[in-house]
Amino acid sequence: MGKNLLRKVWDLHKVRTLPSGQDQLYIGLHLIHEVTSPQAFAMLAERGLKVLHPERTFATVDHIVPTEDQNRPFKDDLAEQMIRALEGNTAEHGIEFFGLDSGLQGIVHIIGPELGLSQPGMTIACGDSHTSTHGALGAIAIGVGTSQVRDVLATQTLALNPLKVRRIEVRGSLPAGVYSKDIILRIIAELGVKGGLGYAYEYGGAAIEALPMEARLTICNMSIEGGARVGYINPDQVTFDYLEGRSFAPKGGEFEKAVAFWKQIASDAEADYDDRFLLDADTLEPMIAWGINPGQAIGVDQKLPGLKDLKAEEREAAQMAYNHTRFHPGQPIKGQKIDVAFIGSCTNGRISDLREAARLVRGHKAAPHVRVLVVPGSQAVAEQAAAEGLPEIFREAGFQWRQAGCSMCLGMNPDVLVGDQVCASSSNRNFIGRQGSPEGRTLLMSPAMVAAAALAGEVTDVRPLSQGGEA
Amino acid sequence: MSTAKMREISGGGVAVRGNDIDTDRIIPARYMKELTFDSLGQYSFYDQRFDASGKTTDHPFNDPRYRGAAILLVNKNFGCGSSREHAPQALMRWGIRAVVGESFAEIFAGNCSAIGVPTLTVSSEQIEQLMKRVEADPATQLHIDLESRTLQAGDSSLSFNLPQSQAQLFLEGTWDTTNTLLEGLKQIQATAVRLPYVKDFPYDRSDGERSGGT
Repeated sequence: MGKNLLRKVWDLHKVRTLPSGQDQLYIGLHLIHEVTSPQAFAMLAERGLKVLHPERTFATVDHIVPTEDQNRPFKDDLAEQMIRALEGNTAEHGIEFFGLDSGLQGIVHIIGPELGLSQPGMTIACGDSHTSTHGALGAIAIGVGTSQVRDVLATQTLALNPLKVRRIEVRGSLPAGVYSKDIILRIIAELGVKGGLGYAYEYGGAAIEALPMEARLTICNMSIEGGARVGYINPDQVTFDYLEGRSFAPKGGEFEKAVAFWKQIASDAEADYDDRFLLDADTLEPMIAWGINPGQAIGVDQKLPGLKDLKAEEREAAQMAYNHTRFHPGQPIKGQKIDVAFIGSCTNGRISDLREAARLVRGHKAAPHVRVLVVPGSQAVAEQAAAEGLPEIFREAGFQWRQAGCSMCLGMNPDVLVGDQVCASSSNRNFIGRQGSPEGRTLLMSPAMVAAAALAGEVTDVRPLSQGGEA
Repeated sequence: MSTAKMREISGGGVAVRGNDIDTDRIIPARYMKELTFDSLGQYSFYDQRFDASGKTTDHPFNDPRYRGAAILLVNKNFGCGSSREHAPQALMRWGIRAVVGESFAEIFAGNCSAIGVPTLTVSSEQIEQLMKRVEADPATQLHIDLESRTLQAGDSSLSFNLPQSQAQLFLEGTWDTTNTLLEGLKQIQATAVRLPYVKDFPYDRSDGERSGGT
């Protein structure tokens, strides 16, 4: 029997078994941001420790960044203090910082891949649960808390419990108007938000292999929403082509060496798995997470579930979701009115997401009652979008075109819901209060579905619009 | 930072019912704009404890009978979602010393462990009994023994699950992992130099103009 990628990468990076029985793993790439790092630097200072390998840590600012007025000092003094702390800490420890004036700033999970920092066969850590994103390149990428950020800064290693691997095979091919976001929402709906506890998810099969890199990043990004701390896709030609020529990626002869390594780090054909799950892409439809966790998701043609139609275990969470959303069991999700539409985030703030949204809205107008935000995931994405004329398309449709940041995904910057607004969102979490208002209601869907909802003013099926092509 | 040995944890219990309670609910992101963890305790379950008009709710963390509780009782997949260590830090600063539940999200459990707050798992029936007990009598004293892995509630006792690796960290006072990890410094360096992306094809650090495209 062969080995899977997780096992190979784990063995390659294993420093030793700790007395506790955990493994000490070397971390090849450490990414930090302003929210979860200042306390870690303070702990280092308290103990008189240095950053062991500053050249293996990279920093950016994303969570607290305003997307409208980025003039310094920020209007929010707490946000200003946080960016200053990161500027100070990175300067003091010799860590490369992609700040607002660098042209390279963006959401940490957008810039790692786009700069060629995230590579196959690496271990990657970041104080952010969506670190699983980087697994799309064939890395083992792990979200950690602040004490573990301290551990990586001080030792370039982490103490970790072993993970099992579930192979998620997605057969067939995606119908038009159905996207990788729909694949991952369906997987989470089927396996549940705690189905992945103790597992890494390996995504494969014809439908996954057919996806371009940016669509793969969306899938791995949401592994954590299914309870899996790690998600990955085996590196292949799509991966190599994506990385070739990127800023930090190896060039020339070294790139050839890298590809040879990347090929052999992929799971063996006969690799062992602890569990398997099969999904047929041909049967997928656009998905909407309607409740208070990303597993409470249904197809666009479906109705919200009755409590008695659900598994006993899911009823309590569904009841809480109905209490919070004031939606009704049996209500079709199609036609649900929205107040806000948000396209962006580490899940769906990449150029391909924006291109598809722009293709759909060109020549149309947002419904008058809907506030629409389009937020590029990085300055590089913003620059590329501008070169392609996308901001003009969005503005003509009445959408607001913003600057790069986490924006309305999480309520740590000025972009927040107000009161009990309903938001069609391309982000990753519909938790109570997630978008900044304790009463806010979040409907997760693909960016194309968000664009369609913004035009219609309500949840609608993007497929007719998508197949109509450019208006 | 103290890494004292820890064998027993005693105190009152408080039950926060519900599966899949995420870390955004434990501490809303808007209260994370802080450079230290010191003041986070007051924000524990903030939006659950106060309604839209700022009035206090019937959340157990608002109930004065549970104000000194040291042991939090929860259901399944507690602490899912965001990796924010702010969540266990807030609970710890509220006064929570251990969390007992049916299951925990992994990042949350790791964050708890790293700050010396054990997460102990028990069966659905056992957590229901414990919750009922502290709800019926908030003065019930719970007593956790990490060595024998038993939890005593009043006159009854049960065994909980805690992986040996975790138990050992607390019993030996090595749950703060930085020092332990640093002890392997030579092996760390030996591991680094054999990595293909360190020795054969390192990051391109030539002085070209950086860009986020190809």
